[in-house]
Amino acid sequence: MYLTDDEKAMLDGAGGRAKQKAMELLVRYAEALGAERFVDTTNIAGVPGSSTLFLKKYFEENGRDGSFESVFSLYDLDAGEVLRVPEAMGNCCHLQGGMDLGHWAELGMSREAMEHQRDDERELARLGVRIMKTCTPYLAGNLPVRGEHCAWMESSAVVYCNSVIGARTNTEGRESTSAAMLTGKIPDWGFHRDEFRRATHLIEVQTPVESVMDWGMLGYFVGGAVEESIPAITGAIARADPLRHKHFGAAAASSGGVEMYHMVSVTPEAPSLEKALGEKRPVATIAYGAEERRRVYEMLNATARDSNVDYVMLGCPHASIDQFREVARLLGGKRIKTHLWMFTSRAVKTEADLIGAVKIIEDAGGVVMTDTCSAIARAVPKGTKVVALDSAKQAHYLPAMVGVEAWFGTTEDCIHAALTGRWNGELG
Amino acid sequence: MILLRGRGIVGGCAEGEALVTHQTISGWGGIDPMTGTIIETRHELRGQSFKGKVLVFPGAKGSSGWSNAFHMTRLAKSAPLAMVFNQMTTKVALGAVVTRVPAVTELDQDPLAIIESGDWVKVDGDRGIVEVTKRRGE
Repeated sequence: MYLTDDEKAMLDGAGGRAKQKAMELLVRYAEALGAERFVDTTNIAGVPGSSTLFLKKYFEENGRDGSFESVFSLYDLDAGEVLRVPEAMGNCCHLQGGMDLGHWAELGMSREAMEHQRDDERELARLGVRIMKTCTPYLAGNLPVRGEHCAWMESSAVVYCNSVIGARTNTEGRESTSAAMLTGKIPDWGFHRDEFRRATHLIEVQTPVESVMDWGMLGYFVGGAVEESIPAITGAIARADPLRHKHFGAAAASSGGVEMYHMVSVTPEAPSLEKALGEKRPVATIAYGAEERRRVYEMLNATARDSNVDYVMLGCPHASIDQFREVARLLGGKRIKTHLWMFTSRAVKTEADLIGAVKIIEDAGGVVMTDTCSAIARAVPKGTKVVALDSAKQAHYLPAMVGVEAWFGTTEDCIHAALTGRWNGELG
Repeated sequence: MILLRGRGIVGGCAEGEALVTHQTISGWGGIDPMTGTIIETRHELRGQSFKGKVLVFPGAKGSSGWSNAFHMTRLAKSAPLAMVFNQMTTKVALGAVVTRVPAVTELDQDPLAIIESGDWVKVDGDRGIVEVTKRRGE
């Protein structure tokens, strides 16, 4: 592959051993992809040095230690030796992971694990990494510009970055983002290139899609229909906003591997259907009507049997401030009968605190948590058999990951279940 | 014996019994890295482990935690012996690189049409060659 002078210099060790090993990993990765060069990246979102107790203990038992530098060198950079980690380059942030440092006990975590996470965070902050701890960096203060080359993890953030913002990122992984933080480089492949970003499939929406739940269900349908391809969506979609795009994209990236979508006259690279398709004919045209909508709803409720709900989980992807407003309004000073955990970023939690929403949820008997979610932490309240969700993505993952039944519906259905202990949601 | 030629993306040689799926594989949330078992709810391989087998699959899907999940199988000693796949993505490329097992793609014949679970498969990641010995003879 072609390497610039600064890339060659890093590979030769001019920037120190850690940058050298990071470049070596990026070259292995770029060559596997078949990339011909790197692009400079200025916005990197990953999970650098993030470690479970398994990882720490693994390195302790294999003649190393479980320190941040060990895990970052041996695991993130796959370096084979422990290195001094230099400061991160560019705008780097840590995505979700681990646990809420104030609610570790409810999540079933140990004090030891909490203390490890806290110490790792200090190391990261020292290296200049923003401790955002969310799957929604774009709601928490990291908003790239159109055309910016990014290196992001988190499938729901990647699809938002490409589709809604018009910035450019592939679905990166832990090791590639950590290496990019030290080098400012990522393979010039896939979504960094114009020709890769055009839609191949056309989705015609023939039933009204307006509510957040409907945007989520349409996303779930689209992912199943196009798998890893790029869809262009036309028709009866209304009320586009960050919340609806968040639920659409997260769902499409879960049921399929959608990393970018075009909504004609809505998203920035789709001023017209012709532009979205790159002046080509779609390889397939797929209709979404009332029947498809009903089937998606049934699929998302496929594991649910028992209408007695134990646990309501909100905030997948991490809740936005408007979702806090809605939940606070729906709770309206009443007490809940189930467990209720609502997950968000630290930034949005601060805002939700300021408008009194956190207090309303806590007074009702719920808990607001940051950094993680039930699927990431594999944690539900003790004894949970049946959960209620307003996220198609979470309904896709959680039943398999923690062995529960899941109901899927609107946020209102979920709060109703929390207040009464029973699910009575319907498709409507 | 059937010979497939393609592009090796991770070097080295390994041979063993094939585990074949016609469905893409999710990493995070789709496998249990500690045992190498597929756990995705509606996956055709649900409950089966790729540990110590040559994994033959269309490609990767799902979470960006794909590489991390497969990297973890290397530490937990539950990684596949080798990977043979069709569809190139950033997930599978990075995952194969950090799992450090021989991996081959872009084969001249569709491996999913030729290899069945139980066949004996030799993967040469340096030369991009996959040798298949059918379990029931050719």
